[in-house]
Amino acid sequence: MWTFFHKLASPPHFYRLAAKMIPWFAMAALLLVGYGTVAGLFLAPPDYQQGDAFRIIYVHVPSAYLSMMAYSVMAIAAGIGLIWRMKLAHSVAAAAAPIGAWFTFLALATGSIWGRPMWGTWWEWGDPRMMSELVLLFLYFGYMALRSAIDDLAKADKASAVLALVGAVNLPIIHFSVEWWTSLHQGPTLVRADGPAIATDMLWPLLANIFGFTFFFGAVLLMRVRTEVLLRERRSGWVKRLLLETA
Amino acid sequence: MSDALAMGGYGPFVWSSFGLTLAVMVTCIWQARAAQAKTQRVLRSRLEAMESNK
Repeated sequence: MWTFFHKLASPPHFYRLAAKMIPWFAMAALLLVGYGTVAGLFLAPPDYQQGDAFRIIYVHVPSAYLSMMAYSVMAIAAGIGLIWRMKLAHSVAAAAAPIGAWFTFLALATGSIWGRPMWGTWWEWGDPRMMSELVLLFLYFGYMALRSAIDDLAKADKASAVLALVGAVNLPIIHFSVEWWTSLHQGPTLVRADGPAIATDMLWPLLANIFGFTFFFGAVLLMRVRTEVLLRERRSGWVKRLLLETA
Repeated sequence: MSDALAMGGYGPFVWSSFGLTLAVMVTCIWQARAAQAKTQRVLRSRLEAMESNK
């Protein structure tokens, strides 16, 4: 079993394995998001308070979840890279950042669009959930900006890894913000001590989209990590052979 | 059909959210593919330049 993990750290092995996994992740994403979106838009019953507007949940919650999950992947990968000096781990962190940033933006945008008809406002400065999610976006930008500002790749890896790890404190703040402070945002519906507080026929499309978005993230992440690997290993024999072969 | 579009009066909000999500997902895929293609192109041309200089 350990051989499997050991081989993963080998760039050419990872490069080939990732290529095989991407289509499977993409297919899983397509099926799950396809069902989740169709069922969420047309099959789930309207909410007794919010009517059909609640359907935004089927893109807003998966986006918000992904924004935080991508950051966790980034921080954990950065930590592994820092502690065990694995280049591939730093590649994963660097690859996760832009995807996470996009979904943080999406969470903020869909939340804003939902907020306008429901709570009468596009944005509320000082709202703890909105502010902490906005900080998450800035952390992603900071991570990417720091990486591009440092020429030496090893130094860029280390510095950005420290930023990623320090910024991880924002994740529990985002999650608990609605419990610790007064917020326009509702409390947790899924991750609760008493279990999910949502009707079952509304829940299934939501879970499908959450898992579907996760597979989507996985597929795009693997695509980006392969590009990072190519760049970092450009002087090695296997990359040279690969580039000249597929000319 | 028009019920679906109207979404109980919330149509613009619901559909713009889903539309934006689709746009972001397509952009993510497109960016990843473009980066891979560009990296391969740049590295390959550098390699070929090195080979021809030998």
